[in-house]
Amino acid sequence: MSGNGLYGIVAAFERQDQMLNALRRLKLAGFERIEVYTPFAVEEVDEILGKRAFWLPILIFAAGVAGAIGGFFLQYYGMAIGYPLNIGGRPLNSWPAFGTTTFELTILAAILIGVGGLFAFCRLPRLYDPVFAAPGIERASQDQFVICIRASDERFDRDRLYWVLNRYEHVAIADVPA
Amino acid sequence: MALAAEEIRRVVAPDETVTSVTSHVSDIVLEKKTPLWWWIGFGFSLALFALLIVALTWLFVNGVGIWGIDWPVAWGFAIGNYVWWVGMASGGTIISSLFFLTRSEWRSATNRIAESMTVFCAACAGIMPIIHLGRWWYFYWLFPYPNVMGTWPQFRSPLHWDFVAILVYVIASIVFWYVGMIPDLATLRDRATRRWQQLFYGVLAMGWQGSSRHWRQFKVAYLILASFMAPLVCSVHSIVGLDFAGGLTPGWHETQFPPYFIFGAVLSGFAIVLMLVIPMRRAFDLGGVITLRHIDVLARLMLTCSLLIGYAYLLEVFMPFYRGERHDIIVLLSNFTGYYAGWYWAKIALNFAIPQLLWFRAVRVNRPLLFLISAGVVIGMWIERYVIVVSSLHRDYSESSWFVFRPTFWDWATLAGSAGLFLLGFFLLMRFMPMVSMFEMRELIRRKNGGHNEGAAP
Repeated sequence: MSGNGLYGIVAAFERQDQMLNALRRLKLAGFERIEVYTPFAVEEVDEILGKRAFWLPILIFAAGVAGAIGGFFLQYYGMAIGYPLNIGGRPLNSWPAFGTTTFELTILAAILIGVGGLFAFCRLPRLYDPVFAAPGIERASQDQFVICIRASDERFDRDRLYWVLNRYEHVAIADVPA
Repeated sequence: MALAAEEIRRVVAPDETVTSVTSHVSDIVLEKKTPLWWWIGFGFSLALFALLIVALTWLFVNGVGIWGIDWPVAWGFAIGNYVWWVGMASGGTIISSLFFLTRSEWRSATNRIAESMTVFCAACAGIMPIIHLGRWWYFYWLFPYPNVMGTWPQFRSPLHWDFVAILVYVIASIVFWYVGMIPDLATLRDRATRRWQQLFYGVLAMGWQGSSRHWRQFKVAYLILASFMAPLVCSVHSIVGLDFAGGLTPGWHETQFPPYFIFGAVLSGFAIVLMLVIPMRRAFDLGGVITLRHIDVLARLMLTCSLLIGYAYLLEVFMPFYRGERHDIIVLLSNFTGYYAGWYWAKIALNFAIPQLLWFRAVRVNRPLLFLISAGVVIGMWIERYVIVVSSLHRDYSESSWFVFRPTFWDWATLAGSAGLFLLGFFLLMRFMPMVSMFEMRELIRRKNGGHNEGAAP
């Protein structure tokens, strides 16, 4: 820990392959608290960092199941228990007629909870974050690939990181104040 | 022609880079002075929208009697307009969801335009059934809310299925459109120079960072959303078809209605997307990202849908004779030669006959002509809905109640006004939102360049 008053350092790469090389190297060196900011999703980043969105699909599936069961039960309750109408002795639990609404409510639940889950897992909305103060981070949403190494990483050594990262081409390195 | 063939294969111009796409699309919103044509179009839309307000106020004061509807033609313009608007909305969703799932490269430049179109078409569609209710202030009775009367909505009715479907569809379209725009809103936030822009796009972007954590979740969420949207849109328009098929009215009681309605919906959707893409491509100088390939693909899809709907039209003629039901045949023959025959033949011409010109590449890349064909299809699809709704009802089973529906000024005013609502919304989005998905285009360009030349401009 040598990052007094530092959130971390950022290295902004102009080229994606250079960023990926540096990321691989940092990962091999044992850095854990690394984050990458890119203008579009770069699949290799997740492979290198060894992370994937595991819980979100499960959450959406669960929401869909809940929506299906809840949606069907809503109609069953309304038509068979809450307000039964005897129309020519037809069965009250007329389940084929409940099919489309069950389908729609399944999708509604899955989409709303899925998007809620997306925001929750992304920790959004989050209008302030120290990394927004990093020089050059605004290019990460346009055309540059930014690696941020947090000062709280056990192996963080500012001067050594500057030395290592400066060996890549087209890179700009800067401190991020805490 | 050789040059055109070369151009038609390209999904993005070779000189476009990650940087150029980003700056071009965001400068339209952030930097460029609002062009004169925008003010003219906006003013025109505002005038039409004012007409909608007047028409709705007059409706709310006087009731649905101001329209030409009467028994047995109780579904007039409002329902026709509804089906028409929701149909065009469906086409936008098909482009953005189905062709996302098929990984079609041409989708990326057009999906934002299609989705924005969908949001406002769905809004126009949403108001129609409500204003048509007569006692519209009771529309919330459609919700299964706890009430002292102890009543429930009739979940078995196709009309209630339709209410649920359109409600879910409107919500889902807005969510899908917004979520797919968040990374672009963050780009706008980062490029904004004026304070109000930084605040406006900053709040809308909600703090999107483009971190690997964000992209990881985003990609999964977007894929799942898209895979829900594609069946959802088919279900919505099928259910609209079931509204009609569920009734015993001659001409409506057809098994083919759900797919028939989807074919028409997607046809009109591609047509309106072309009507928006062709002028916007020129006005915003987007020829580099919306290439002839996009125009060509959309035109081919329109042709495909036109053939599908031609099949449905044919079946529509065949079935009454196959069934031998007298009133079905009466309705069909009245379509051919009766009071609405002009409308009927116009729909055949505009939706099926004229689009056959799209077999020729020279027509598909001729933008002014393609624009006119698309406009014809959009109008033709409105006519189709009008004929389906009105001509069936005006020849009821009971011949004593036969009736000719004649639209009044207020019918036309509501239709024109709803177009005003759509245009107003679309003009605002065009000015304040990125009309091309920048992050998808960046990814596409990187892939096209084989992983090189991304990043800084050469």
